[in-house]
Amino acid sequence: MSARRLRRRIVSGAMTALVAALSFVAVLALVFILGYLVAKGASSLDWSFFVKNPVPAGQSGGGVANAIVGTLIIVGLAALIGLPIGIGTGLYLAEYGSGRLGWTVRFVADVLNGTPSIVVGIFAWTWLVRPMGHFSALAGSVALAVLMVPMIARTTEEMVRLVPHSLREAALALGYPRWRTSLRIVARTALAGILTGCLVGVARIAGETAPLLFTALGNLNFTTSILQPMQTLSLQIFTYGTGPFDEWHRLAWAAALVLMGLVLVLALAARWALRSRHGAAR
Amino acid sequence: MTTLPIEPPATQPSHAPTYTRPLLVGRNTGDRLYRAALTGLALSLPLLLLALVFELGASAWPAITRFGFRFVWTSVWDPVAGVFGAAPMIFGTIASSLLALLFAVPLALGVAIYLTEFSPKWLRQPVAFLVELLAAIPSVVYGVWGIYVLIPFLRSYVVPPLRAVLGWTPFLQGVFYGNSLLAGGVILAIMIVPYIAAVSREVLLAVPSSQREAALGMGATRWEAVWTAVVPYGRAGLIGAVILGLGRALGETMAVTMLIGNRHDIGVSVLQPAYTMAAAIANEFSEATTDLYLSALFEVGLILFVITVAVNALARLMIWRVARGTAVGSRAL
Repeated sequence: MSARRLRRRIVSGAMTALVAALSFVAVLALVFILGYLVAKGASSLDWSFFVKNPVPAGQSGGGVANAIVGTLIIVGLAALIGLPIGIGTGLYLAEYGSGRLGWTVRFVADVLNGTPSIVVGIFAWTWLVRPMGHFSALAGSVALAVLMVPMIARTTEEMVRLVPHSLREAALALGYPRWRTSLRIVARTALAGILTGCLVGVARIAGETAPLLFTALGNLNFTTSILQPMQTLSLQIFTYGTGPFDEWHRLAWAAALVLMGLVLVLALAARWALRSRHGAAR
Repeated sequence: MTTLPIEPPATQPSHAPTYTRPLLVGRNTGDRLYRAALTGLALSLPLLLLALVFELGASAWPAITRFGFRFVWTSVWDPVAGVFGAAPMIFGTIASSLLALLFAVPLALGVAIYLTEFSPKWLRQPVAFLVELLAAIPSVVYGVWGIYVLIPFLRSYVVPPLRAVLGWTPFLQGVFYGNSLLAGGVILAIMIVPYIAAVSREVLLAVPSSQREAALGMGATRWEAVWTAVVPYGRAGLIGAVILGLGRALGETMAVTMLIGNRHDIGVSVLQPAYTMAAAIANEFSEATTDLYLSALFEVGLILFVITVAVNALARLMIWRVARGTAVGSRAL
């Protein structure tokens, strides 16, 4: 009996150690990836990397100014298109989403959330690039917005649902119409949470490459016209990372570090936004 | 705070007499507009899904009518001759995703179980955050890391010992050049761990503590309580989490394109290059010179879309059975 008890305790201890070790391995993977990014990319980060445009293949030097500006424009435009639709859908789901349409929208959002980004890319190509006859940053932004809407909608819904019912009832009892209650009381209370969802959404699309391959395409020159092909950091990393030159690989690591930094800042801002106003936190 | 504005009486009789709250008639306009606006925005999602299916279907139609079911079964992919069979891509997509699950599931479930059941409280949030941060790393960054760090690592430290032990199996035949099913599977595994771990964690947190207490009260060790009372209770949700990870892996594009080798061939050896549907679109879409070629790639996209939609729908339904209605997994970061 006691031998059996000992065995059970050993198994329990061993499995505890095993799951702890697995957690350690997962964190270790993150450390290895971020560590290599810093180790290989940091030395290439200098002033000219941020302010210069790429130089022809084979030459050394040059920077990714066009890609940084392109990323900001394309992601910014995507947010401009995607955030209102996403937040509105989320509010609908939280306020009126108990019926059949609500169920459908919720399910469609969850399904679209898992749609491969490359499929969204060729969809945007048929919608915008083919009719317009040329690649454009706008098409890239639309593709990214499509990826963003379902996620924003679901997080907004979840955050709005956390607002206590008593608050809503108090506003309604004071004679506030429903729409003003929804916007000025409920949405405002959930603002920190909604903002977090938006930041997370933007962070996720900022690093996307696949939907931009056939929409924004990439561009070696500096451009701010959204009707022209435009470079982004992610596209630049893909080109440089898979290219044949050592100089390109160096720049790819540096660009990857910058992109990772951008995404991390957004992700950390999202966490901070949720923490600073713990009303909507979970 | 304002007092209730009194409606002009003129508006009252114009409405149906069955209306019970005449004082609020005028205020309903705002509510109706608000509801209509939100409904319009919400309808955009189902419409988007319909448009997506329609556009993909219409663009793929020439290939569908031309090849029929042969497209899925045959493996000849010859753009010059205009013959297209996507079997190797479909095989590669499924093989790389299953390989990824093989590595990712134990890791992710380990993380979820450790964090919900065993770890000290102060460690939970930081470790969960760090693991979920893996989901924040862009796919293309995984690709670069895979090419310059993971593949050399596999070549020097993983493949030789693996060969020494299991080299006789058909799965480890041929020369290892780097870009391979194995490299693609490992990078996919790292990429889907945060999703599976995050959803599993929420599922395990949703298991009532009475399950644990009952098992412990009957004399179970802590591990026995987890394995016999907690995990079985959340089984549907955990399977859902794994299927969700599978859905992610199936559609992942950039990192796989950069690592899997992109060879249009079916082979069981994980050391050999393979191809996936997403990688095929990424590589060949801009080179598709003929309409039929383009159409074939759209059909690949359509197949990929249908498979991921089916997999995701299944996953959501299973997760909803445990954690009803929550948006689990949609905010993994």
